[in-house]
Amino acid sequence: MLQSVIQTHELSYRFADQQVLDKVSLQVNKGSIYGFLGPNGAGKTTTIKVLLNLLRSDDQNVFLFEKEISANRSLVLAQIGSLVEQPAIYGHLSGRENLKARAILLKVKDDRISAILDLVALSAHADKKAKNYSLGMKQRLGIGLALLHDPELLILDEPTNGLDPNGIIEIRKLLMRLTSEEGKTVFVSSHLLGEIERMATHVGIINKGKLVFQGTIGELQQLSNEQVIIETNDLVEAANTLLAGGYPADITEEYVTVPFTDAEQMGAMNTLLVNSGSTVYSIRKTKKDLEQLFLSLTQPL
Amino acid sequence: MQAFFLSLKSEFLKTRKTLGFWSAILLPLVICGLVFAAVYFKHQGLINKPPLVIWMQYSMASLGVMGVLLLPMFVIFTCYSVNSIEHRADTWKSLFSLPIPKLTTYSAKYFYTVFLVALCLTLFASFTLLSGNLLGVLVPELKFNDYSFIRLLSSVYFKLFLSSLGILSIQFALSLLWADFLKPMGIGFCVFVVAMIASINNWEHAWKIPYAHPMMVISNLKPSNAGPGKELSIDLLTKEIYLSLAISAVMFVVGYFVISRRSVK
Repeated sequence: MLQSVIQTHELSYRFADQQVLDKVSLQVNKGSIYGFLGPNGAGKTTTIKVLLNLLRSDDQNVFLFEKEISANRSLVLAQIGSLVEQPAIYGHLSGRENLKARAILLKVKDDRISAILDLVALSAHADKKAKNYSLGMKQRLGIGLALLHDPELLILDEPTNGLDPNGIIEIRKLLMRLTSEEGKTVFVSSHLLGEIERMATHVGIINKGKLVFQGTIGELQQLSNEQVIIETNDLVEAANTLLAGGYPADITEEYVTVPFTDAEQMGAMNTLLVNSGSTVYSIRKTKKDLEQLFLSLTQPL
Repeated sequence: MQAFFLSLKSEFLKTRKTLGFWSAILLPLVICGLVFAAVYFKHQGLINKPPLVIWMQYSMASLGVMGVLLLPMFVIFTCYSVNSIEHRADTWKSLFSLPIPKLTTYSAKYFYTVFLVALCLTLFASFTLLSGNLLGVLVPELKFNDYSFIRLLSSVYFKLFLSSLGILSIQFALSLLWADFLKPMGIGFCVFVVAMIASINNWEHAWKIPYAHPMMVISNLKPSNAGPGKELSIDLLTKEIYLSLAISAVMFVVGYFVISRRSVK
């Protein structure tokens, strides 16, 4: 049985009269990269703060490493490395000194600092003041700080915010390596589906404080309805022909779509269109892409 | 307990390159250096005076400036400096997501601030004693070396330190509450001016204002009150010192609640 690393049971949280989280039940298993997706203001950072005990849930319904967090705060936090909102870095200290200040608190040996600097590719800039770092370097240092005490679980809030494509790729590779080679678990939030899609094994989608989807990337794709996409010389004529033939056709600027049922249906529609004089350029089966799916889950109709 | 000392060590690493830390060293060095230079070049008025009087007059040059004006301002600045490191880097969340009790993190920061004030005052006393004895060697007519002023001066500076704890705790809580410099500094400065006016005018309730306490320590040292001779002694635990200690205890608890709430944001 998979070991549960994060588990919340109907977690709710309010700020004054605003319901920020509404019965969110997360399940994150060991070794996974869990992409926590949602538009800005959906409740991602609040969830992360509750997971880190920065905000307290009075209902004792937050479990990390199968332990209730409020009662086991220090024990649980010892196994977590985190990056919340933006990297917490002292600008007047160098990258190495930033790591050293944290290493003292966590009783981490000095040779680990050098290893972390190598890991996040900051060795060459280790003695430069952090305020002079680029955004990507700051972000990498923030991840280095999170990794310093070799935690089992990494909780990262929008770690690729403001990074250029190379920086995003580097961080993605690093996180994938940490899970595949070192067996770590990563909980990473983002408002960008494309970023999560490329690295996550599991996805949770939150919108307006509610968890609207949770499962593997494959399960997310299965949610999407399959469609038949047809390109012809005259889209309006083709759509009318299909409607007259009893098919629920829809039209876009580039093609006609019909919900997919089976291969025979595709063949029959093709025959109907050709017999009615349409020139069929292509006919294929497709799924709604994840971007559209994400939007349909997180935006009002 | 180990976590507390590790947190103190980490505070030192974070602040050792800041003005807040260096001002605790530079302030006594500069002021005592200036007083030393002034007396070295102009000391006619001190020649042939009894050693205790020479020491009193010499040390009052630093003590007066420090107690009446600089100590409250230095405490206000130090409290801001220690906390602004976290405000500027937005590191409160990061600190409180470490496997260290919040109270340990908070108290290490508080006692590090207390340490900086103690360091500054210790250096003031040390530099005064060292420079006084050096003057006694360089200018033999000044009989500095005929009297040991260590115990007396240490007592005065220790009382000054105790008197500053009330201000420190209030300013520490204010600096936790507000990230910017102006609010805690502005409030501290205004109350300090009120305290100064109350103290100068001998208002009977002046001792109830913590910002007046360092000033009261110095004003109670006036030669007319102290009297000449070796019988001179310092009454360490006066009512304003008890009040200062009580306020510091209460505000320490208040500050903890301030910081607990801050992490929520």
